[in-house]
Amino acid sequence: MNGPTRLTVAHQSITFSRRMMLLGGAQAAVGALLVGRLGWLAIAQNQKYQLLSESNRVQLIPVPPRRGWIIDRTGKPIAINRSSFRVDIIPQQLEAGRDVVPDLAKFLALTDDDVDRIRRDLKDSRGFQPVSVAENVTYDQYAAVTVRLPDLPGVQATRGFSRYYPDGPAVAHLLGYVGAANAKEYEAENKNPLLIIPGFKIGKQGLEKSLEHYLRGTPGGQRIEVTARGKLVKELDPKPDRSGQTVQLTIDQGLQQYAARRMGDQSGALVAMDVASGDMLAFVSMPAFDPNSFSEGIGRTEWKMLSEDDHIPLLNKVAQGLYPSGSTIKPAMALGFLKQGLDPNRKYHCSGGVQIGNRYFRDDAAHGTVDMRSAIEHSCNAYFWSMGLQTNPEKTTEMVNYLGYGQQFDLPIPSQRFGTMPSPDWLEKKYHREWQGYDTANTSIGQGYVLINPMQLAVMPARIASGKLIQPRLLMAAPRKPIPDLSVDPEHLKIIREGMTAVVNGSGTAVASKLPLDGIQMAGKTGTAQVFRLVERGHQGAWALRDHALFIAFAPADKPRYAIGCIIEHGGFGASAAAPIVRDCMTYLFDKEKALATLAPLEQQWGGTLAERNARQLAAFKSASPATIA
Amino acid sequence: VITSAIIPKPLARLPWRLIFLVAAIACFGLLVLYSAAGGSVRPWALKQAIVFLVFLGIAIGMSWVKESTIKAFTFPLYGATLVMLIGVEGLGFVSKGAQRWLDLGPIRLQPSEFMKPAIVLTLARFYELVPAGEIRKWRAIWPALLLLGVPAALILVQPDLGTCIMVVLCGVTVMFLAGLPWWIFAGPAAAVAVAAPIAYNLLHGYQRKRIDVFLNPESDPLGAGYHISQSKIAIGSGGIWGKGFLQGSQSHLDYLPEGHTDFVFATMAEEWGLVGGVLLIAAFGLVIRWGMRVSANARTRFSQLAAAGLSATIFFYVSINLMMVMGLAPVVGVPLPLVSFGGSAVMTVMLCLGLLMALERQQRTVSTLA
Repeated sequence: MNGPTRLTVAHQSITFSRRMMLLGGAQAAVGALLVGRLGWLAIAQNQKYQLLSESNRVQLIPVPPRRGWIIDRTGKPIAINRSSFRVDIIPQQLEAGRDVVPDLAKFLALTDDDVDRIRRDLKDSRGFQPVSVAENVTYDQYAAVTVRLPDLPGVQATRGFSRYYPDGPAVAHLLGYVGAANAKEYEAENKNPLLIIPGFKIGKQGLEKSLEHYLRGTPGGQRIEVTARGKLVKELDPKPDRSGQTVQLTIDQGLQQYAARRMGDQSGALVAMDVASGDMLAFVSMPAFDPNSFSEGIGRTEWKMLSEDDHIPLLNKVAQGLYPSGSTIKPAMALGFLKQGLDPNRKYHCSGGVQIGNRYFRDDAAHGTVDMRSAIEHSCNAYFWSMGLQTNPEKTTEMVNYLGYGQQFDLPIPSQRFGTMPSPDWLEKKYHREWQGYDTANTSIGQGYVLINPMQLAVMPARIASGKLIQPRLLMAAPRKPIPDLSVDPEHLKIIREGMTAVVNGSGTAVASKLPLDGIQMAGKTGTAQVFRLVERGHQGAWALRDHALFIAFAPADKPRYAIGCIIEHGGFGASAAAPIVRDCMTYLFDKEKALATLAPLEQQWGGTLAERNARQLAAFKSASPATIA
Repeated sequence: VITSAIIPKPLARLPWRLIFLVAAIACFGLLVLYSAAGGSVRPWALKQAIVFLVFLGIAIGMSWVKESTIKAFTFPLYGATLVMLIGVEGLGFVSKGAQRWLDLGPIRLQPSEFMKPAIVLTLARFYELVPAGEIRKWRAIWPALLLLGVPAALILVQPDLGTCIMVVLCGVTVMFLAGLPWWIFAGPAAAVAVAAPIAYNLLHGYQRKRIDVFLNPESDPLGAGYHISQSKIAIGSGGIWGKGFLQGSQSHLDYLPEGHTDFVFATMAEEWGLVGGVLLIAAFGLVIRWGMRVSANARTRFSQLAAAGLSATIFFYVSINLMMVMGLAPVVGVPLPLVSFGGSAVMTVMLCLGLLMALERQQRTVSTLA
């Protein structure tokens, strides 16, 4: 009886000891596992977790850099930063049970929409990131909030900077404007936190957009230690911001502003260039919006007014307006003829038209007997039709294109349309048909398929004037490359220049636009571009049916320094609408006083300066459309 | 134990090394709680110190209890705890939403805590009563399964998965050491090991999420992963030497949730680094080894099984908590004894240690062998 029991007790004891060892071993193994895991986390993964811990602890509030200035060729500022006042809310500093939004709405005259937006932003915000209440508030509003700050926990009234364009609309299409980044731009920059700082603006159009890289600068950072709930614990050493670079343009601010003012209420574009370097001195598209209102966030009424205007102030006509060149093409055509061996002295009798195929092309007048110079001088269509038919259109059109029409230029302008300079080759490719006599006829007077932009209108006279293949430039700092000579006989160029000089100073189409300066003559060429068919043509008809007026010029005629191209939409004859503007702008380049003296009576006649007229127009529009006033 | 003339005999016979070890762990824990409160004894360190001292006193007092007394109280204790568990669950002595507390005026009792030592003692007592020859019989198995299963189920439905797992593991440890056949343990373990991952993988994402939430009802379902990742960041960023006392950014900036309770080890490791962690693990290891030695040296079957089971309780506490904090186990809400803020874990561990000290004293007194 005892035997088996004892054996079993002994056996049980052995089992116990064995299992105790097993248990002890398992416990030791778990201990080793824990120490191993601890070592893995603390040694092998230490760097990774240290980084994560730091990114938990430290938050970077970007401090936006000040945007770089844009200055003109002489250093005059054309885009600067003006101090402005803004009001923000720091959500984490708000006190529970104290709603500051209604008070702010009262002090800052916020609309219901604004209040909704602020409440939405507050709900989505992270503690330390400010929520914008209002920007560009007046000093009085700023002061009203500032004195009540002790009673407005979480509210912050600060002085910041906002973009300011002293010349307003005159530089609108050249510079563009700035604005808060939209969702797409924010995504495109990989959610750069800088872009969502209240009040931070990026370039939206024009040079502000294309030069963004230089102008933006490097943000600084306010490094702060925050808790998991977004409460600020302490401020760490800040990283200073670096302002954007100043960008110098080739533009002459004085001329730019003068040209914009001189164009009055007309719709058009003007480009002025230095013929030796290609520096663009003026880049004007009028009428234009005020980039200052755009940068502040444009009001609905003003936007409506701008978008409804038939003079399309929102279109950058210099870069994107395309027009038939009209007769401004003739000097280049003539140069093409010369290159093909046409005798410039060959006489041609203009009887007022030419029969081409089964169609009779009528000229404006019967010019009688003309040679090349006087054909340019009097803009004789028949001469160019006739000579065009006797020469190779491929070679002639090639010359015109070589001088700039239909060419695209390498400029920091976000979107450029460069039109068309047709040729037999191009026609074949594009429309699969052969070049006909009437194509030659249309092209010879800058109609038909010919479409050019206002920049080309300046490049063409500049190349003819300098005899060099200059390229337009906008940035002073861009590298200056040696400019090759035109592959044209200088004698030929001389003939063309003589013809163009006669246009203004002989008995040509623009004799009314001689420069009022002693010893300085301007050479030019008028152009009138048909908008509708000849039969419907009427210079006095409805504005939108009138022809475009064009003028290209360079001066001094004997020693060219400047070239200007100008188009006035629906201006009628080039001689009457565009040439006087070019004359005055050219005068400005040589004698500012004289040019400004000419402008004063004109502006008086128009009803004040550009700024005054714009303000009046907006006021009139506002009172005419009460529905838009919320 | 060397008796010196100066120290009174009863004091000299206390296991001072163990007491110093436990006190050292507790003091280290108080330092961590002091830091977790941003360098303040309030609200945690001071309270914890008082609770610890009270229970240390109780544990030392318990060391004079005789094994026979423990045995006599085992089944009544088990019965009372079971009644309290049923009371919590069924009769609704419920304090605001949390079902696990029994509110008795100044003391709030958590009966499931008592169940950890109670189940160990009960099973030890049960297997002492089972004759050696019967151990592989069904009769030796089903009562134990019942004794263990009923309280485990009651705790599970509270719901308190962490405590439930602990109670089951403690009970199973005693059953294992009692010499039950291998298949009892190997069979279910293998079945669970094979079935669980397959079942889990067959589920859709949202169902898995529900399981995760079920396993861990206390925490914010979205926050479960956040807890572990922040805890790993705290431990990993501490490196070898730690960021220094009061320098832990994870805990002080509130990125580490529950940095003074379940995740106190992460708070500690961030400031004391690998060194602090290894020292703490080693200290616990020594405490557990002391308990296992008590078991190995025990002269009765009850004290063998009870001592081993009580040591295992401490072991499971520490290892489940550390695995959880270091991302090796799901977050089940098991605190780190003596370090985590909260009286329950201190109470349980000190009760275990008190019982162990009592059993250890029996080994040194010849009288009980008679």
